[in-house]
Amino acid sequence: MKKFKNRRTMLYIPGNNPAMIQQGGIYGADSILLDLEDAVALNQKDAARTLVRNMYKVTDFYDAEVCVRVNHLSTPFGLADLEEIVPLQPSAIRYPKTESPEEVIELLNIIERIEERHGLPHNKMTLHAMIETAMGVQNVFSIASKFSRIDAITIGGQDLTADMNIIPTPDGIGIDFARKRIIMAAKASHIDVIDTVFPDVNDEEGLRRETEYAKRIGFTGKAVINPRQIDIVHEVYTPTEEEIRKAYRIVREFRINSAAGIGVFAIDGKMIDAPIVARAEYLLRLANITVD
Amino acid sequence: MLNSLGREIPEYIEGIGKLEPYQGALTKLSKGWMDEPTIPAPNKAYLPHQSKLCKTLEEAIIRSKPHNGMTVSFHHHLRNGDILLVQTLTILHNMGIRDITLASSSLNECHDPILPYLKDQTVTKIFSSGIRSELGHAIALGVLDTPVVIHSHGGRVRCIHTGKIQIDLAVIPASAADCEGNATGSHGKSAFGSIGYAVIDARYAKQVIVVTDNLVDFPCIPLSISQNFIDHVVLVDSIGDASKIATGTTRITNSPMDLRIAKLAADVIEHSGFFVPGFAFQVGAGGASLAVAKFIREKMKRKALKGSFMLGGITSYCVDMLNEGLFETIFDVQSFDAVVSNSLLNNRHHIEIPAALYANPFNCGCITNKIDVVVLGALEIDVDFNVNVITGSEGKIRGASGGHSDTASGAKLTVVVCPSFRGRIPIIKKRVHTIVTPGETVHVLVTERGICVNPAFPELEDNLRKAGLNIKEIHDLEIEVDKITGIPAPLEYTDKIVGLVEYRDGTIIDVIHQLKEKEIKI
Repeated sequence: MKKFKNRRTMLYIPGNNPAMIQQGGIYGADSILLDLEDAVALNQKDAARTLVRNMYKVTDFYDAEVCVRVNHLSTPFGLADLEEIVPLQPSAIRYPKTESPEEVIELLNIIERIEERHGLPHNKMTLHAMIETAMGVQNVFSIASKFSRIDAITIGGQDLTADMNIIPTPDGIGIDFARKRIIMAAKASHIDVIDTVFPDVNDEEGLRRETEYAKRIGFTGKAVINPRQIDIVHEVYTPTEEEIRKAYRIVREFRINSAAGIGVFAIDGKMIDAPIVARAEYLLRLANITVD
Repeated sequence: MLNSLGREIPEYIEGIGKLEPYQGALTKLSKGWMDEPTIPAPNKAYLPHQSKLCKTLEEAIIRSKPHNGMTVSFHHHLRNGDILLVQTLTILHNMGIRDITLASSSLNECHDPILPYLKDQTVTKIFSSGIRSELGHAIALGVLDTPVVIHSHGGRVRCIHTGKIQIDLAVIPASAADCEGNATGSHGKSAFGSIGYAVIDARYAKQVIVVTDNLVDFPCIPLSISQNFIDHVVLVDSIGDASKIATGTTRITNSPMDLRIAKLAADVIEHSGFFVPGFAFQVGAGGASLAVAKFIREKMKRKALKGSFMLGGITSYCVDMLNEGLFETIFDVQSFDAVVSNSLLNNRHHIEIPAALYANPFNCGCITNKIDVVVLGALEIDVDFNVNVITGSEGKIRGASGGHSDTASGAKLTVVVCPSFRGRIPIIKKRVHTIVTPGETVHVLVTERGICVNPAFPELEDNLRKAGLNIKEIHDLEIEVDKITGIPAPLEYTDKIVGLVEYRDGTIIDVIHQLKEKEIKI
């Protein structure tokens, strides 16, 4: 079974900013994304790649999962990024503007060739596919479901609205279909799905509203662009004490009843069956709580 | 001789006198009285209806009979907007007065223009709680023959009571005053709030000049400074740069690092055992320290917990918490923004207090003794939890003792907040350059990379560990940070002492040596 990772937040850090990389691990984000793609200007690409390579080796990111977003293989930087980053074996490589399974096959072939050259296994580092074009949204299920190395997909809201020729609005209506289609593809493939960034770092209430919506429709977590956004997203995604107590009670009662051979039972007059137990177990994993 | 923290303290300094080594935070206080005799305050007489008004500051200074070797005092409530200290010293310099002892409650960047007067021996001694900028640099390099004395806010009052500082002339800027010298900082175009540090100067100085840009009809209310101590009153166009005195409201920092540290500090406070109904609280006005108030405010609301009082340097943020009913009272010795002045003037639960009531260790109860939780900053902290807030990593004097050691000494929980490194310089040291606040009065250090509890307080550590906070041993954190930054080369000093750091009880906790000027090779 896949190791459970909390991916409530993924903090974007520009790959050419040494101070921010060095401090990346202190803010408590579940994941850190060292970005070689859109956060880095064209004339900084080589410097950022070298910086990320060197700092990854020496920086303590504490408990955070560390991913690197490389440039697309159609750019002059994509292959060079992979050559430098794959040998580091970060937790995951995030691949931008993924549009088709064929692209993923090409990417995986290159990654595996590099891994073979360095004597590395093919099952340690995972892949996150970013869906940020209309074509990617159309093909998302075949991208999400076919590859065991893809353990998360994400939506890139800024690029997607640009590709769709629409203006982003605070209610996110233009990408709402894409969000839900991507979520469903992820759920059907049993992988994580991470929401796009909320660009206004000073609008705490807006971030909270959007995160609450993302949680309601099924996102595993949300990308953040400023450490100040982390706590708000965590608050939304962290179960309340009441929810935890209830889930704990459900799982405990379930175990007692299972031992007695009872599959369906009631708590406070409400029927408890397998899906409710599964949801309660997920909630307790999020809260990092085990049932004795 | 060595003090109890192992610092070598000379027995005698020419121009200062005999020195007493620091022996512990409460050692002298535990006697119950101050050994040193208290000098009497001057008693003066004015004839009925005699006018105190002077046309110019210069006229008031001439009337105060300045002389060589005099001591001139100022308050620092105008912060970096003050212009009167420089004006006063320039007048005295132009009159040919020399060998002045400057006793300002603190010195800021705006006072840099007096540097030539240190060089030409117009000013030969300085007592202050803080020194910064070019003055701090020049003093560290040895511009004065006699070491400066750095005292705490509470310690300054004691210095005046004992006659260590004997003020000949106090110049007291006020944002409102009347013809008799009743004065306040709580209203007027240059309002700066509390005038608490100047009260002792008014009481003890042989001559007192109140300077205002807002002469109001008699009586000026409130009588923050009262007329029976005031000799001369001057109306001037301006007492300072209003934009640097007090403006608007204090904003909480946007720095993710400061906010992270502040949040961790608030978690520490919440789980310390001292976050209980009726708790008394003090935070600083800057960076991470003030940001702690934001998170404490949220926690208090969530838990419907009401505190007793807030103390110290007061910001609009404190005023908001008072107005929301989170605290009963504010005791205000120094105010940091314009909103605070309005509150001080209009809210009877917002009480102006003098420095003596704030922090003088030798009385029957300064309010710092009643603090439950104080949050303080640091330039450096060492593995024994000693804190330096006066000398920078490059050896210059660039900070202020202020109320740091006073509040740390009084609080049940002293939380020091600072980043584990600044720029490329580690903040956690084996030994700080200069000790201002002794480690025995510091309970916990909060950095972005971990929380360190003083091992003298195991129960606190226990509480915080139970709450799941990221507790690290301070030596481990020091090593972790050194691995990131490397260990800076030690500074080079001469044997000459350029500064004495007084603990609040008057003993010497540390000395500052003259910094060797680096040769710049091209």
